Amino acid sequence: MSGQPTLAAWLILGALLFSIGVVGIFLNRKNVIILLMAIEILLLAVNINFVAFSRYLGNLEGQIFVFFILTVAAAEAAIGLAILVVYFRKRHSINVDDIDELRG
Amino acid sequence: MPTLMHHWTFAIPEIWVLVMACAVLLVDLFWGHRSPHLAPVLSVVTILGAMLLTTAQWGLSGSSFAGQLLLDPFTIVAELSVELLSLLVLLYSPRYLRERGLYRGEVFVLLLFALLGSMIMISGGNLLTLYLGLELLALSQYALVALQRDNPRAVEAALKYFILGALASGLLLYGMSLLYGLTGSLDIAQIAQGLVNVGADNFVLTMALVFVVAGIAFKLGAAPFHMWIPDAYQGAPTVMTLFMATAPKVAAFALVIRILAQGNAGAVEIWQQIFVALAIASLLIGNVVAIAQSNLKRMLAYSTVSNVGFLSLGIVAGNANGLASAFYYVLVYALMAAAGFGMILLLSREGFEAENIADFAGLAQRRPWYALLMLIIMFSMAGVPPTVGFTAKLAVFQALVQAGYVPLAVFAILMAVVGAFYYLRVVKVMYFDPVPENAPQLARDGLASAVLSVNSVALLLLGILPGALLATCFHALQGVL
Repeated sequence: MSGQPTLAAWLILGALLFSIGVVGIFLNRKNVIILLMAIEILLLAVNINFVAFSRYLGNLEGQIFVFFILTVAAAEAAIGLAILVVYFRKRHSINVDDIDELRG
Repeated sequence: MPTLMHHWTFAIPEIWVLVMACAVLLVDLFWGHRSPHLAPVLSVVTILGAMLLTTAQWGLSGSSFAGQLLLDPFTIVAELSVELLSLLVLLYSPRYLRERGLYRGEVFVLLLFALLGSMIMISGGNLLTLYLGLELLALSQYALVALQRDNPRAVEAALKYFILGALASGLLLYGMSLLYGLTGSLDIAQIAQGLVNVGADNFVLTMALVFVVAGIAFKLGAAPFHMWIPDAYQGAPTVMTLFMATAPKVAAFALVIRILAQGNAGAVEIWQQIFVALAIASLLIGNVVAIAQSNLKRMLAYSTVSNVGFLSLGIVAGNANGLASAFYYVLVYALMAAAGFGMILLLSREGFEAENIADFAGLAQRRPWYALLMLIIMFSMAGVPPTVGFTAKLAVFQALVQAGYVPLAVFAILMAVVGAFYYLRVVKVMYFDPVPENAPQLARDGLASAVLSVNSVALLLLGILPGALLATCFHALQGVL
């Protein structure tokens, strides 16, 4: 191994980042931008998993998948920010607690 | 060895929709301001063409592009159904869209891309293809919901839908990454082979399936992953709700077939157990919370959750029989939801949404035919014979009891009784409540009311003669498993 991080180490890093992302979505009460950041972290955690497995298995498919996830994540962020801009124009707030017109 | 031509033949419906969606985008850009009907007419032509091309594939089966796309009876039946459901949306929508300033090319282009996404989710044979189809569908839907920019509720619905949808994709992807790590492949068939060596008692496999099922449950709207459904359904313009409640449900069910039934057939005990929990939670939450709703769109949203519970029962049964009945259920449910939201669409007009149950008061005196159609729709959702909703529930219960889950079936029947209360309440309001003094005028819409009549009468006819559709569903699933 010569001091290289093992597969398990990478997977733990991925799992930690993923947990941070999920917790960020559910515990965040302040700002919608932080939600978008949490979503990006989720996807990047998945990317770490894929690259780690791909390297470990000596199989390139996982790294190809990562290219697609990165591209889709960019499109997703664009749409998310666009919706957020429209929302801000209507409500003049991006506070998570203010998103409460629909309930019941 | 399949030839290159053969690969293209397999993908022809998808290619057609892709090319035509791009063509509609360009045509609308250059000529859209002069002839606003061009984009919708071209979209209808696109979908009719796609249905023809899909039907022409009948009898073919196999895989193309190195397993990226699968063609089997399930692909053909499911693709035909999403095409038909998208066509229904297009036929219901023109007047509603015109009155809200949404009669624009983008709506139709986004609908076509969403349809393409659903088709790819249905025919995908590789985790990568399935994921790309899913995202194409989801991203188009976020934009469709947010398209009514001046409506704060629509934008709020889009924001909530976007955040939870992205979370669902993340969960699904994490599960996919674990499956890839376990089996070393993204291909559904190779994953199924790889899992033979892994064994069903592997902890990582359980984790992977929990994440995958959670992601799919989000997309289907099964409790406890249903939080986005009521808000998104209520806030979105009704046309978009109509679309969200129909074709994407069939596509999400296709993920169950591809990833779970085909890819993880060896681990059936694990995902069966998860679906038992999802079914119980969905039946309970969907039926009980729906009783408290006064907004019809929100009530139908909770009814979606409860219907997803019923269809999960078929997945719980786990065998070809159960999955076929679940497939039948999802097709029937999509047809019922199309009719239900179609009715709201039909009665709404400029500046007024007929979305409250109170808006239906005395409908039998004002529009007896519409009230009769709504009666059929509500009876079908409640599962009253001889409507198709009854046949669908019966098929699922039969499969469940055959698989030995008798207590679960009893619980589900009790929940169906609870559910009947809120559907029948709408009927009571229509037939026995007086017309309110200041009741707003109802709209008149020839096209939509004709389509709604066909759609609702189909619910009755399919219930009286269930054989053909049921047999098609069984045939579709037999070819897959």
